[in-house]
Amino acid sequence: MDKNILLCGVGGQGTVLASKLIAASAMRGGETVHSAETIGMAQRGGSVTSHVRIGDHAFSPLIPHGSADLIIAFEPAEAVRNLQYLKKDGIVIVNSNPVKPVTESLHDTGYDGTKMISYLKKKCENVIIVDGGELCRKAGSPKVLNVALLGTAVGTGKTGLSRENVLEEIKHGVKEKFLELNNNAFTIGEQIGASYEIK
Amino acid sequence: MKKEYVMGNSAIALGALKAGVKLIAGYPGTPSSEIIETAAKYKSDSVYIEWSVNEKAAMEVAAGASLSGARTLVTMKQVGLNVASDPLMSLAYVGVKGGLVVVSADDPGPISSQTEQDTRLFGEFARIPVFDPSSPEEAYQMVQDAFEISEKYNTPVLLRPTTRVCHAYASIEHDEDFSPKEYEGFVKDSSRWVIFPRLSFANHEKIEKRNPVIGDEFSGYPLNKVCGSGRKAVFASGVSYSYVKEYIQDREDVILVKISTPFPFPDKFALSVLEKCDEVLCFEELSPYVEINLQRLAGIHKLPVRIFGKTTGNGRLSGENSAEYAAQIVGEFLGDEPAEKIDLSDMPELPVRPPVLCAGCPHRGAFYAVKKAVEGRKAYFCGDIGCYTLGNAMPLDMTDTCLCMGAGITMAQGFSHVEDDALCFAFVGDSTFFASGITGVVNAVYNEADIILCVLDNSTTAMTGHQPHPGTGKNMMGNVIDKIDIIRILEGIGVKKIVTADPLNLEQAIAAVTECAAEPGVKAIIFKSPCIALVKPSGKMKITDKCIGCKKCIREIGCPAIILRDDAVTIDESMCTGCALCSQICPVNAIGGNCNG
Repeated sequence: MDKNILLCGVGGQGTVLASKLIAASAMRGGETVHSAETIGMAQRGGSVTSHVRIGDHAFSPLIPHGSADLIIAFEPAEAVRNLQYLKKDGIVIVNSNPVKPVTESLHDTGYDGTKMISYLKKKCENVIIVDGGELCRKAGSPKVLNVALLGTAVGTGKTGLSRENVLEEIKHGVKEKFLELNNNAFTIGEQIGASYEIK
Repeated sequence: MKKEYVMGNSAIALGALKAGVKLIAGYPGTPSSEIIETAAKYKSDSVYIEWSVNEKAAMEVAAGASLSGARTLVTMKQVGLNVASDPLMSLAYVGVKGGLVVVSADDPGPISSQTEQDTRLFGEFARIPVFDPSSPEEAYQMVQDAFEISEKYNTPVLLRPTTRVCHAYASIEHDEDFSPKEYEGFVKDSSRWVIFPRLSFANHEKIEKRNPVIGDEFSGYPLNKVCGSGRKAVFASGVSYSYVKEYIQDREDVILVKISTPFPFPDKFALSVLEKCDEVLCFEELSPYVEINLQRLAGIHKLPVRIFGKTTGNGRLSGENSAEYAAQIVGEFLGDEPAEKIDLSDMPELPVRPPVLCAGCPHRGAFYAVKKAVEGRKAYFCGDIGCYTLGNAMPLDMTDTCLCMGAGITMAQGFSHVEDDALCFAFVGDSTFFASGITGVVNAVYNEADIILCVLDNSTTAMTGHQPHPGTGKNMMGNVIDKIDIIRILEGIGVKKIVTADPLNLEQAIAAVTECAAEPGVKAIIFKSPCIALVKPSGKMKITDKCIGCKKCIREIGCPAIILRDDAVTIDESMCTGCALCSQICPVNAIGGNCNG
């Protein structure tokens, strides 16, 4: 099974953990996995991406343009920034809540994410819009956005990952006292993914 | 055997440990830093590891251990190799006994470096073998092969991964026996180990005769690979090979060649392909290294083959390659139809997210204090390498120059000698001060320069991931040692005026700068406050209803935690660390609420 999954967001949002969970879940399912992170100058507030490549035909550490089966975007502008990676019939899962650049207070650009969301809808067949703030409130913590979005991805049935393997990796990857919280977030996210009808 | 999903740098560390390395030394630098950190995590008790004070020290420490016969690994980024080049160039002549492998991680892009230098050329310049891995899996294998070559030919050997190999993840199946290879101990022989002109002359000739022999051995090296068939070939090296392979996959109508050992060039191996081809494309990053070697071979052997690459306009001259760039260049070469692309020309303007000093970073206070203290006067601000290079960003705008490690201190002296009406400041971090700042201060005192040295002492090497250094009281063997005191070093050198200030206490910090700016000679201010990423925030600031909305706090210090919400100045509590710098700037005392946890 060849799958390319790109995760993108802003430093501090938890994209790296989500990508590690995907990689580990795929390996648990017996797949060959490669991944790479581009974290630039590693400053909080900068753009970050993780490229997860599943299968035996992946050689480049980064996903080639036009090849991502899924983009899991933790932030609307970051989804657009990485749209060139999406496959023609690929799926974009996007958190609609914007993260303003840390320099926004110096130079007000009025960025609020809405233009990004409408652009995504215009360009892609399959955009799953997730209200990350609302979802985290339901789950009970602002820190579970990553696991919730992972849930949405798994819920679409297009990641090639088995639900059991992902849950097993979540169990390994998070502290025990946060396990229930994360499982809950995963399930809430999963329902959104499962209820979306892929065109 | 154990299978683990690890980063390329970790694969290099595991490969070196498997090869029986006894001593590892290096200096942090992106993208190489995790090699030593991983090795420290996995090593057996009998392996010695250190963060050296700089790359030159690391190379020399390793050279000594190698002369005892122990296997040694030295790690650095490509610009670190410049610092280590003095011992490396000489060591190439003297030779080694225990295998000595130098990892110099290149950074095409550059993503986090000052230069785009190509370590393959450095290997050729130093006349020592170079390995160029295309993936973490290969890096794991190659570091082991590099030790074998090093011992077989008694020469230091370079391993040259690039960022995309260092920071890529793959599954590595590795041995768990990490005991060092046995070694004999140093055998005195001054005719061998003391470099004199006569020895250099004799060894130079031996090296030039030896290198073609290594080139021939490399011609049979399994990781120099050929696949496919036809009259066209693509030669690639390093991660660029992976990009080409991604495009070509299992196609049989083109020959794909991987050059894993760029120096000494595997002539026979390359020639065996060149002879069969009408056209060849070289796809590589940075220098047209493979390309020029193929041109050389085609010239010597009068081959009727056309060679394309950077020198013919078929490859970018700077920056990194990518899978899509390989698809474009290789696709054109093979006459393929270009793949259909999603049209994103109508993309809305994206928010820019430049790196900034963290909220609560003490460097912000230090820069602001200097700025305020010398306002209206002619002053030059020489920066250096570290987080504090970000002091150049608006609104601080406090870095006029940045060149290389330690250069700020000495460049400030240059300004002071030719423009005596300017206040010349040098900003240096604590780790950079130890790495290459001290000799600059000696130079300043000795040559009577007129500078103000600002040591931004945050008690760590922050930029590269918080490695310990001589001032932190900890070393890589996990031992607690006496901290080497920067003030005592400066006193020992003879700096007469040394002031310590808390950069987050604005009044105190400005007073320190004013005091130092009023005196001639070499003055030093130690701005001491720990890196905010390493300490618990002291509380959160709050904007009270006294705020008149003048936005001075935003305009003056550019802290990312001060934001505008519905046009009202607000503190983003998720970021604020309670450093209270903003409260000292507010003209109406509208910011309070610090230090109550």
